[in-house]
Amino acid sequence: MRNAFAEEIARLAATDERIALLSGDIGNRLFDPYKAQFPERFFNCGVAEANLIGTGAGMAMCGMRPVGYTIVPFITTRCLEQIRVDLCYHRLPMVIVGVGGGMSYASLGATHHSCEDIAFMRVLPGMTVICPGDSHEVRGAVRAALQLDGPSYIRIGKKGEPLVHETEPDFKIGKGIVVREGTDVCLLATGNILPVAVEAGEALAAQGVSARVVSFHTVKPLDDALLRESFERFRVVATVEEHSVLGGLGGSVAEWMTDQQNVRARLCRIGTPDEFLHVAGEQEYARECWNLTTKGIAEQTLRALGASSDRSSR
Amino acid sequence: MPAPTTLEHVARRIRGKLVEMSHHAGTPHLGSSLSCVDIVASSYWSALNIDPQRPDDPDRDRFILSKGHAAPALYTALAFRGFFPEDQLETFGEPGSVLAEQPSPGCVPGVEAATGSLGHGLPIGVGIAIAGRIQRRSRRTFVLMSDGECNEGSVWEAAMFAPAQRLDRLAVMVDYNKWQATGRSDEVMALSPLKDKWEAFGWSAYEVDGHDLDALCDALGRVPDGSGKPVAIIAHTVKGKGVSFMEDDNNWHYRIPTAEEVRQARDELGLSH
Repeated sequence: MRNAFAEEIARLAATDERIALLSGDIGNRLFDPYKAQFPERFFNCGVAEANLIGTGAGMAMCGMRPVGYTIVPFITTRCLEQIRVDLCYHRLPMVIVGVGGGMSYASLGATHHSCEDIAFMRVLPGMTVICPGDSHEVRGAVRAALQLDGPSYIRIGKKGEPLVHETEPDFKIGKGIVVREGTDVCLLATGNILPVAVEAGEALAAQGVSARVVSFHTVKPLDDALLRESFERFRVVATVEEHSVLGGLGGSVAEWMTDQQNVRARLCRIGTPDEFLHVAGEQEYARECWNLTTKGIAEQTLRALGASSDRSSR
Repeated sequence: MPAPTTLEHVARRIRGKLVEMSHHAGTPHLGSSLSCVDIVASSYWSALNIDPQRPDDPDRDRFILSKGHAAPALYTALAFRGFFPEDQLETFGEPGSVLAEQPSPGCVPGVEAATGSLGHGLPIGVGIAIAGRIQRRSRRTFVLMSDGECNEGSVWEAAMFAPAQRLDRLAVMVDYNKWQATGRSDEVMALSPLKDKWEAFGWSAYEVDGHDLDALCDALGRVPDGSGKPVAIIAHTVKGKGVSFMEDDNNWHYRIPTAEEVRQARDELGLSH
């Protein structure tokens, strides 16, 4: 995903002179093609994220379109107040790109894990929160975010994620993309867990359960129409994210549900628990620990479906 | 009241207004506002290339009041300078007024940034200066900070970044009144030697008497100073300056003057009631 971001931002900077890239001292070689073409619009801001965001805010005040890039925890929680005050309060169009969403950097330890960032970012007034599900979506997300008049957060994985879409889908902020149609359950997946959710949909089909799988890439604003339709059509709607079940997509949808009349479908929040991971291991291992595997997601969905059947048969 | 004829008179008029506003609205931070009046006046009546009729001119110099708690000083200067009607100052702090205790984004023409949380103005100023270079604008950017504000880590992040970017059209002005909210600023943190710190960070630093209007105008007028570095102006000030019973008394960080104290203050400032 990060390569797709680097390529797309270099492509866009060629036609939009307002774009400037601010890196938090990461992306060694990644931005070389960009730097070669636009040296005057590339800034290694060092390991100083508060200043990175404030600098971006000042640039945006002058009509530029700054794009900030570093590892998720450092460009979200580390400088949360700068994002809140400098960007959101002023409604400035800076695009914040966090690399290493969820457990992408599992082996680096919990300082580099990001299972709370969606929650932090989505409560900020005026902030748009996008979690692309594959590299195609990353490109669409970057282009769409640069069209916004206010701040946005794009949460990407790292590199080598499987592609879900064969070609770039029609990407619109706040409009989920149905990846797989189904009739029994609906999986709303956001971000880099999307390929696993798609596999889980196939695993469910093999067990005779027809699952719709949606790339629910925008956590804020929610796709209200898609949620309404899904909660009407399905008995179980499951949110799937490599993020805490608190405050992320699952939390958002739970809030949304509370405001609806006569919702019959059951919501199942699949994500990481309210705890840190203290041991070594790569992303795959972390996903196993937290049941965020193909099997784990399918099982949690089936369990919810079973509970739903029990409830409706009573 | 006769029209101000000298900068010194402008500064006195601003101070008198600040004392009234604090009393009228019941708002704190009077000592902090009074200490930076001469810096604000030198900026708006001398250093800044601005036109109150064209507050959005892309080439205008930018002034960011990073010590947002001194907002009344900024509002008063902007009103007296013609950015918005003076009588609007009467609404300061009233429910629904755009003139809040700390400036909100674009609340009145001339306010460049919303501030209040300390340590935000300098990074924003850095971004404005960088954008100016990319956009080939002639503007300069001035950021007014308090000494207590220099506690914030983000100030020093920006302080290291600006010289690396050779932002010689960026200036910091530190209102060094030797107090922060609840203690001496040199005791709470090891702030001193402040000029040396800025120099060590790669800035061209000057110390001035922050109440000597000529010295201030001279220092501010030196930006850019030819060194290729951003400029730090350490302005030695007195908290509560201009009102004898408020000077260097940190109770006036929060205290609100009574009607009688307003009268005394305005008498001392040689202003009518």
